[in-house]
Amino acid sequence: MTDTTDTGVTRAEYCAIACAEVFRGDGEVMASAFGTAPALGARLARLTFAPDLVLTDGDAALVDGAPPLGARPSSLVLESHMPYRRVFDVVWSGRRNLIMMASQIDRHGNQNISAIGPWARPKAQLIGVRGAPGNTVNHSTSYWVPNHSPRSFVEQVDVVSGVGYGRASAAGPSATRFHEIRFVVSNLGVFDFATPDRSMRIASVHPGVTVDDVRQATGFDLVVPDVVPDTRAPTPEELDLLRNVLDPKGARDREVKP
Amino acid sequence: MADKRMDLEELMGELSSGMTLGIGGWGSRRKPMAAVRAILRSDLTDLTVVSYGGPDVGLLCASGKVAKVVYPFVTLDSIPLDPHFKAARQDGTVEAMEIDEGMFYLGLLAASQRIPFLPTRSGLGSDVLEVNPSLRTVRSPYDDGEELVAMPALRLDAAVVHVNRADASGSGQILGPDPFFDELFLGAADRRFVTTERLVATEQLAEEGPIQTMCISRLLTDGVVETPGGAHFTACVPDYARDEGFQKEYVTAAGDPDAWRAFHERFLAVDEDGYQAATREAADQRAAARAAKEGA
Repeated sequence: MTDTTDTGVTRAEYCAIACAEVFRGDGEVMASAFGTAPALGARLARLTFAPDLVLTDGDAALVDGAPPLGARPSSLVLESHMPYRRVFDVVWSGRRNLIMMASQIDRHGNQNISAIGPWARPKAQLIGVRGAPGNTVNHSTSYWVPNHSPRSFVEQVDVVSGVGYGRASAAGPSATRFHEIRFVVSNLGVFDFATPDRSMRIASVHPGVTVDDVRQATGFDLVVPDVVPDTRAPTPEELDLLRNVLDPKGARDREVKP
Repeated sequence: MADKRMDLEELMGELSSGMTLGIGGWGSRRKPMAAVRAILRSDLTDLTVVSYGGPDVGLLCASGKVAKVVYPFVTLDSIPLDPHFKAARQDGTVEAMEIDEGMFYLGLLAASQRIPFLPTRSGLGSDVLEVNPSLRTVRSPYDDGEELVAMPALRLDAAVVHVNRADASGSGQILGPDPFFDELFLGAADRRFVTTERLVATEQLAEEGPIQTMCISRLLTDGVVETPGGAHFTACVPDYARDEGFQKEYVTAAGDPDAWRAFHERFLAVDEDGYQAATREAADQRAAARAAKEGA
C-alpha cells in the first residue's frame, strides 16, 4: 500500500469514499443517506460512477444533480414529488439503496436505534425503530458508524431494529428474499458479510488504522482475512469534488476528526 | 354544507379519558399543538396516543395524560430525542407499542378501509414482533405461500390534525410539501378534527394553492377549529418554520424539575392566547440576549 498520508487525505475523506462505494453498480435507485459521510458518498457516486442514482432533498422531493451539503432549497433543481407516503412505495418496490446510522451493530449485521437495555424498561430510550425493520427486508441497506467502539460494535444488539443475516434466515424466505446488508462503514474501516456464516468481516481498514486497532475497538471477534487491504484512496477528481464542490466548509472533518 | 366550526373547548368536549387518540404530523412538523395544549389543560387522562411522535408525545407524557404510546419513533427532528418521552420510557410510566414506520402507515390504512389487517414484509425478523407479542403473521393463500406480517388496523376513537387552511365545512388544505399521513389518521378515526392556521371561504381555497394541496375532504372531518400558530413550536411551512429557539428552551427546561415547573407555569398553565403571547415574548427575549452577546 502506498503511504497515503502524503496526499493529505483525511480520515473523513476515506469514510466518504467508502460510503460512495456502497452505491457502486446501482442504476436508477433512490439513494438515502444519513450522516455527513454517507451524504457526501451518495453525492460523489452520483457525480462519478453511478450517474443514474436518484438523490432526495431530505424533505419531500427528488433532486437533479448532486447539490453541495447545506445547499439553499431555492438552488435545488426538483425532479419529482416524494412525500413520505410515496417513500414507502419506493421502499417496498426495492428501488432504494440506503445508508442508515446504528447506535449498536452486531456481528450478524443486526442494528439497534430503538433502546439500550431491556425493552420493557430501557436504560436509554433512543429514537425508535423508525423504518429500519422494513428497510432491511425490502432493499439493500448499509450502515455508517462514526464512532467505532466496543459500545457500538457489540456481541448482540439490545433491540433488533434493522434485521441482520441470522435473524432474516430464522424468519424465513419472505424475510431473506430482498434482504442485503451490503457494508458497514466506520471511522476505522469497512466491513462486509462475505463469509460462509454471514458474520462480519473486515473488508478494508482506513490508512493509518491497523487491524489490531479495529479488533480492540470491536466488542466481538471479527473475521479477519489473511490480507486486509487499505480503503481505496480518492482519485484527484473525487478529492476535488469533495473539498471544493460538495463540502467546501469541511463538515466532514467535524463528524470524523482528522 | 354543514358548519363544523368549533373552538378548542368544544373539541375537548368531544374527547374522553381512556380514548385512543391519533395525532397527525410527523416528528416536530405540523403537529396540532394547540389541541395538545388544550388536552394538557383538560382533565383528560389514560389516553392511548398514536403518533409519528414529536413534542406532542413528550408533552402529553410529561403531564401524565398517557397510558400507552403507539409509535415508530419520537423525535424533535433538529434535536434527536424528546426528553419527556425518554424519561417516561425509562421510568416505565407509559406502555409502549413501537412498530416500523411502514407498519404504522398500513395500520392506519387498514383502519381507514375497515379491514382487520394488511400484509407486509416489514417487521419480519425484527424485534418489533418480539416486543409486541400480539402481532401475528399471515400466509399468502396463493401459490407463493409467502409468510408476511399481518399489520392490524390501528382503529382510533378520535384523531386531530393541523392544516394550513380549511373552510367551515371541514375541507382542509396542506400548503407544505408533505401531507404526511393526516388523511389516514382521519380515515382511521370515529371522531375527526382538523385545526387550521386560518379559516377561509371555500372559494378562497383555490387561490391559496393548487388542487393537490386540498387533500383533506369534508368526508373526513367532524369539526374544524381555527388556531393561528396552532402548530407552534413545530414547523408549519409555508406559514412558519419550526421555532428552534423555543424548542431548545423546551428541551433545556425538561432537564431540570425547577426549570420545568417555571416553563409549565409560563407557557402551559395559560390558555392558547396566553401561550402565543408568552412565546412571542420569549422570542423577543432570546433576540435581545443574542444582540447583547454580539454587542459585548
